[in-house]
Amino acid sequence: MNFINLFKVALRAIASNKFRSFLSMLGIIIGVAAVIIMMAIGQGSKESVRANIAQMGTNIIMIRPGADQRGGVRLDPSSMQTLKVEDYEAILADKRFVTSVSPEVSASGQVIYGAKNTSSQMYGESLDYFDIKMWEISRGETFTEDDIRKNAKVCVVGTTIVKELFGDESADCLGKTVRFKSIPFRIVGVLKSKGYNNWGMDQDNVLIAPYTTVMKRLLAQTFFSSINCSAVTEELTDQAIDELTTILRTTHKLKSTDDDNFTIRSQQEMMETMSSTMDTITVILVVAAAFSLLVAGIGIMNIMLVSVTERTKEIGLRMSVGARSIDISNQFLIESVMISLTGGVLGVIVGWLGTLLCQQFGFPTSIPLWSIFVSFAVCTVIGVGFGYIPASKAAGLDPIEAIRYE
Amino acid sequence: MADNTQNTTANGRVVIELQNVRRDFRVGDETVHALRGVSFKIFEGEFVTIMGTSGSGKSTLLNQLGCLDTPTSGEYILDGVAVRSMSKNQRARLRNRKIGFVFQNYNLLPKTTAVENVELPLMYNNKYNAAQRREAAINALNAVGLGDRLDHKSNQMSGGQMQRVAIARALVNDPAVILADEATGNLDTRTSFEMLVLFQRLHAEGRTIIFVTHNPEIAQYSSRNIMLRDGKIREDVINTSPLSAAEALAALPKPQDD
Repeated sequence: MNFINLFKVALRAIASNKFRSFLSMLGIIIGVAAVIIMMAIGQGSKESVRANIAQMGTNIIMIRPGADQRGGVRLDPSSMQTLKVEDYEAILADKRFVTSVSPEVSASGQVIYGAKNTSSQMYGESLDYFDIKMWEISRGETFTEDDIRKNAKVCVVGTTIVKELFGDESADCLGKTVRFKSIPFRIVGVLKSKGYNNWGMDQDNVLIAPYTTVMKRLLAQTFFSSINCSAVTEELTDQAIDELTTILRTTHKLKSTDDDNFTIRSQQEMMETMSSTMDTITVILVVAAAFSLLVAGIGIMNIMLVSVTERTKEIGLRMSVGARSIDISNQFLIESVMISLTGGVLGVIVGWLGTLLCQQFGFPTSIPLWSIFVSFAVCTVIGVGFGYIPASKAAGLDPIEAIRYE
Repeated sequence: MADNTQNTTANGRVVIELQNVRRDFRVGDETVHALRGVSFKIFEGEFVTIMGTSGSGKSTLLNQLGCLDTPTSGEYILDGVAVRSMSKNQRARLRNRKIGFVFQNYNLLPKTTAVENVELPLMYNNKYNAAQRREAAINALNAVGLGDRLDHKSNQMSGGQMQRVAIARALVNDPAVILADEATGNLDTRTSFEMLVLFQRLHAEGRTIIFVTHNPEIAQYSSRNIMLRDGKIREDVINTSPLSAAEALAALPKPQDD
């Protein structure tokens, strides 16, 4: 029997048991929809994390004092003080794969203006910082090289600070003096808002001041808490890291047998870590959803077995008028593939609607096109795989017994 | 003796030839001999009734004739083809091309129109395309007098109509032999005679028909009668003057309610 006829026969069999066929499709529909929604959420989250990190700059390299310590090892305080001005100057002098360098010191505390105050974080940076982190100034301007040399008590503030201290984001605050840990800072510029990052941190709740000012006037320390750099391009990040390692090992006078007493991480690396974490979560979600597809497949097999038993007489008739075993098994295989594929199509539609719904609830979603193809492939495999046993049971019937079956 | 009777009716080609066919079944530890050496020839254009009580081996013989089963020993030659050594698939093809089955309980596909039911055997024959299939099915339905009910579904038909569809299905592949298994068993007297009229007409048109039944009455309307008992042929007689089913039908009292 040719495929068009097999297709018609299968369609008729499905149509004559609409409700039952629908119920066995339902498992596939739910399974496919679940897989698609999970993939969409996983993919969406990954993309939004990547976009967020990219927004911060993909070529950023962070140098922290101390070796890369994991677990509960207590840090040796001396190792925390290894990043010094000499390191900064050495990097500035020898850099080839690095464009911008900014030492960083930070302090958290209350910012006070008049009767209002808010808790915030102050970063002491060089001018390159604005390039590295892609900060833009919306009003006023950044502090100057001169300010850095003179340890000037000036700062650039984020919009959250403006809102908290001056009432609203557009309030006139340039030239006003705020106090941070009782030191007065004059506001010279306002940063363009970046909003919240992926970890729910308000990126606009910051004050940025010359690193010299923060080190000498605020913290009275001689070491940096980190140095931020940017590689020439994202692709040259690895070379830049090698270069920085060489420079720092030289200035730190490390012997070739010594371990690094600093840690260099790149944003790229962080992005990959985040991506792979998101991938793992996605895989777990999808595997869980895929199990429901397995159950659905068993459901189809069950229905097909019932269908074979019910239609024993029909099978006997078809065999006695000349159907070969392969004709009979094809007939039932096509039927089960049709059930699972129809379920797959409906599942993709339901999954797509479900994804839209998730988007309404604020999940970042993005349906990867390949997940739809994979769904169809999986449905076909399920149809053939779980249809195989019922189909071979049908094909193996003895026409003599089948035709007399009551 | 059997050979003599056959030779007298030798009016043409041998369609069916059984040579000492035996069929044994193993039931537990015992061997049941359903057929114990059956030999006969059936010529083109014969209308043969095979009779026997239950347990006489008549169903087993029917399965052999229909190529649904193969002999334990002996040989069965259908239209020049030896069946015993054939594979399952080869026999399926042989059934498809050379045999037309008519079953006791019609065995039509449910919720399916008459034409589609009749087309069924041709579905398994690649030589027919959709249009040829339909044409052949319509011709067969016309031949059994159902030309006006082509698109009636099987559940909208009476027993007699369903059996006519089944006969049309048996005719559609232009088989070498029509095998009818108790084809009137589920029908009332009047409809049974109508079926016999139809079979006699097909016989008159030159069809070879084998009618398996336990009803001795039917033997009177066929051209030859083979009696089975205990897996052997007990009697094989030519009926030189078969009764006319049409006359018998006319003689039946008219149905009261109509």
